[in-house]
Amino acid sequence: MAGFSVMDTLFQRTLDDLIKGLRLQLIGESAFLSKALDEIRREAKSTDPDTKSAALLKLTYLSSLHFHDMSFAAFHVVELLSSTRFSHKKIAYHAASHSFDDSTPVLVLITNQLRKDLTSTNEFEVSLALECLSRIATVDLARDLTPEIFTLLASSKVLVRKKAVGVVLRVFDKYPDSVRVCFKRLVENLDSSDSQVVSVAVGVFCELALRDPRSYLPLAPEFYKILVDSKNNWVLIKVLKIFAKLVPLEPRLAKRVVEPVCEHIRRTGAKSLLFECIRTVVSSLSDYEHAVKLAVVKIREMLVDDDSNLKYLGLQALSVVAPKHLWAVLENKEVVIKSLSDVDPNIKLESLRLVMAMVSESNVAEISRVLVNYALKSDPEFCNLILGSILSTCCRNVYEIIMDFDWYVSLLGEMSRIPHCQKGEEIEKQLIDIGMRVKDVRPELVRVSRDLLIDPALLGNPFLHRILSAAAWLSGEYVEFSVNPFELMEALLQPRTSLLPPFIKAIYIQSAFKVLIFCLNSYLLRRGNAASSSYSDQLVPDVPGLFSEQDSVGCSDLASCDAPVEAKLDEGFNPRDLNQSFGGLSVEYGGEETSTCGQASASASFKDSFTHESITNLLNRVELAVVPLTRSYDVEIVERARNVLCFIELIKPQTPDCLVQKEESSDTEEAEASKIIKLMHDAFSNDLGPISVSSQERVSVPDGLVLVENLEDLETICGDVQLPSLNSFSHGSSHFEEMAGVSIPIFQSKEEPGPSNESTSLLAEHRKQHGLYYLPSEKKDGDYPPANDPQLQANSNDDEDLAKLTEQLLVSKKKPNHTKPRPVVVKLDGDQVPIAAGPHSQEDLLSGTVRDVLLGSETKPTTRSSTKRKGKEKLNVDSTTESKENLGDVEKQDQGNSSTRKSKPNTHSKGRRHRSPGKKGDEGEENCQKAKPKSSGRHKARQRADAPLNVVSQTPVIPDFLL
Amino acid sequence: MIRAVIVINTQGKPRLAKFYEFQPVEKQQELIRSVYGVLSSRAENVSNFLDAESIFGPDTRLVYKHFATLYFVFVFDSSENELAMLDLIQVFVETLDKCFKNVCELDVVLNYSKLHTVLDEIIFGGQVLETSSTEVLKAVEEISKCLFCPSPSFCLNILFEGGLYTCSCLDWND
Repeated sequence: MAGFSVMDTLFQRTLDDLIKGLRLQLIGESAFLSKALDEIRREAKSTDPDTKSAALLKLTYLSSLHFHDMSFAAFHVVELLSSTRFSHKKIAYHAASHSFDDSTPVLVLITNQLRKDLTSTNEFEVSLALECLSRIATVDLARDLTPEIFTLLASSKVLVRKKAVGVVLRVFDKYPDSVRVCFKRLVENLDSSDSQVVSVAVGVFCELALRDPRSYLPLAPEFYKILVDSKNNWVLIKVLKIFAKLVPLEPRLAKRVVEPVCEHIRRTGAKSLLFECIRTVVSSLSDYEHAVKLAVVKIREMLVDDDSNLKYLGLQALSVVAPKHLWAVLENKEVVIKSLSDVDPNIKLESLRLVMAMVSESNVAEISRVLVNYALKSDPEFCNLILGSILSTCCRNVYEIIMDFDWYVSLLGEMSRIPHCQKGEEIEKQLIDIGMRVKDVRPELVRVSRDLLIDPALLGNPFLHRILSAAAWLSGEYVEFSVNPFELMEALLQPRTSLLPPFIKAIYIQSAFKVLIFCLNSYLLRRGNAASSSYSDQLVPDVPGLFSEQDSVGCSDLASCDAPVEAKLDEGFNPRDLNQSFGGLSVEYGGEETSTCGQASASASFKDSFTHESITNLLNRVELAVVPLTRSYDVEIVERARNVLCFIELIKPQTPDCLVQKEESSDTEEAEASKIIKLMHDAFSNDLGPISVSSQERVSVPDGLVLVENLEDLETICGDVQLPSLNSFSHGSSHFEEMAGVSIPIFQSKEEPGPSNESTSLLAEHRKQHGLYYLPSEKKDGDYPPANDPQLQANSNDDEDLAKLTEQLLVSKKKPNHTKPRPVVVKLDGDQVPIAAGPHSQEDLLSGTVRDVLLGSETKPTTRSSTKRKGKEKLNVDSTTESKENLGDVEKQDQGNSSTRKSKPNTHSKGRRHRSPGKKGDEGEENCQKAKPKSSGRHKARQRADAPLNVVSQTPVIPDFLL
Repeated sequence: MIRAVIVINTQGKPRLAKFYEFQPVEKQQELIRSVYGVLSSRAENVSNFLDAESIFGPDTRLVYKHFATLYFVFVFDSSENELAMLDLIQVFVETLDKCFKNVCELDVVLNYSKLHTVLDEIIFGGQVLETSSTEVLKAVEEISKCLFCPSPSFCLNILFEGGLYTCSCLDWND
């Protein structure tokens, strides 16, 4: 460079100067850095290698610790690599390995330089090149330099040899064909007299074996020898890791290995080795009782150790052993539970996992009690972890371990009240799910919900809103189990509900609606029965369709046993501000309640309270509370509030007087009111069941509907308009048309974007433009019913009628829309479907790819692939030949079983017919010998399959195999 | 294999960062920040493990050791033993200690190249290469000799860089 003077070279800042300048920070860090970078840019172009190297060193420093991009200097790095000076080379290699990646264009320029340095006589230059190669080798580099690396694998210098062994990992990874060249020498290094070389070689095999253990089974005798003979803990740890992978593939190997491993456990003083042995035993040798026992003894020692690291790892080992040997965890139960209050978050977490592993039907209540107590004491984060794991454990497999749902539901209620609880969503989900699945628990659910709803304090906690919405929904849906519906109504309409988000508020209103209908209906019933002066039990048969027999029995049973509780709760409730604010009703009925609860049946007692007066009060009360809501900004709320008001208006003219007077006189007018009430009641009284997760999949695609796989362009379409969610189209529409002019986006937008005229036209335009994403218009309404999957409808009862549709229209969106009553926990086959389906398709995909790759490589075994991707696949091919062939065979034999278990040797020949027909191929040959004459390996072929077994006794197998 | 070796001081400044799988610098910075974020919130006298999977992805583990003002962090996967990695941190620090005679943060700050030379002798492309600090030291000394092999222009450089220019540096002795 012309402009580059000697002075520049002389007064160039070195890295030291740069660092010191940074520390001084005279002009501020960023200013200093940008100045330094400018300098570096200039200096890097210098023709003087010293200046260039100093600049690159500084640049690498800035890139590595101040995260400045240095890709612009890639070519300068290449230039400097060719310097003859070691110090320059070192800087250049450091910069290269720091900044080059597979996409660096100048990489192609360094092949020759690397080759030169790899063959250098200076061992440090060789190590520099190897070090760099181990980080940046690409497919091309790996391919071109394989011969040099092959030579270095036998280098007499230990420093070089161990690095050459190390670099093999990256080279194999990038260029699998190099396996054929280098594998043999790599294996020889396992036998090296130098322990460092052995250590690195074992490390490389450990990495390889973790990726594809099966291919390395034939080397088991080598590893075994190391396991028995080596005194180096690092090596032993790696060998144990290899065996942990090999043993599950070859059970006979386990028998061999288990003793030496136990021996190490007994003897070693090194904790790292001890832990590795324990891990090997618990993960791979867990069938050997005595080994596991020994390991568990050692685990216990770790658990009581003061070192929190050992404690943590001990707990980890326990959780590995837990699935197969739960006794090991139970033996250490105290330590585990005590660890829940450890100061170390890792330990707490691990012990929580273990505690959850111990949970079973018999102890779930006990353990949950303990955990909830811990949750109360813990910091918010851990508290929620505890709650989360209780929830997920209990709901596993459709509440498999829950025997007593009453208990569980009250536990959910209790969890909701834990101050740090943030699991609202999950609890909400489970409450509703249980409500729909488990019929018998509904009375308890209603009780728990009532307790939650009635407490005005809970409304102030946003985390609880979701739970409250579930509680509101449940108490509305199952209001027939309520001990005191009036009280429920109070709770649902209390002023603090204004704190709720709109969509939950809407659920509250809907539930209040249901409660109102229930009260009116009960009142009518009671009056109808007044003539015959019979109470309680006689009510029921008179009203077909209100309660099924079973329900009424359950209801009154529960109500009666709940009566004392109710009375108590009521007292607790009275002083609350809720009561003061709308005193009237509660006091009245509360009083009545307490006076009657001593009677035989509480159900009788609340039926008693449906007097004319109370009903009128109730109607007034509801009207008063709901009217202001019609001015809400949220359409959901307005919508529902209007539903309620319209209903009240409809029946009100008749109620005040008619309901009283008609007791004696004509039924005509009354009939109309009661007809409406009955109708509404019937609409609500249908049971709702859970919906199968896979039900949507079962909807057959309608003719003419084109489903686009790639929905990317949908984003641009939705840029200006809100995305209509396709599956919730139909029902809402008729309602929202009424709400003309309101175009505020709805919280949980599930309706078409624009209800107003203007937006309707917009919508129409949009539909025209992107018709692809709309359902055909004539199908819009007819489309939804099939979603209630035909299969389920078949076994659900005959409830496919108008009532159901009404119910779907009126109930909140959360409800699934088909009924499916069953006595205990309702399970749908769909609940399991996704789990079963996932792995299947995955496996098919995998074996499919594997087969493709196999075919490709078998026809052209020496293809030099130049793209990285292909190279990677090819590694698989080479190193997993055995399992792949197996897969291929399985396919041929139409067994349809994609297990990776090794089959008998006779299947091996098929995969490689093209090579030497009639001869049994030898995997060893595949792995390391492809490039060599193949006559050598063949006579051992039949032993290959059982090599691991014989190895120890028949040492000759190995040399033959490797020849 | 070992995925990364990171040394951060207690203020969150990276003092050494080596990733054995290529990461763009922005990503490196982000990773180091997240690691520091978790480290700094941990109490003393708790275990030396950290949940790494949330930061580095699946099948990663992280151990760290806290020495004076520095955190030494190793990130690795299931083919390494956790306790062995803790030992390896010990080996690394011991080697530095022997190298710099009572190593302190400033040594780490000022000896960028040497630090890497030491580390490269211990870990090679993510593989553990050498676990004896004496062996490492021996190799590092050999390399230093190589670095300072006589060459005319180099001597000139030494003269100017080591003498003239650095005289003006204020904190030469700190």
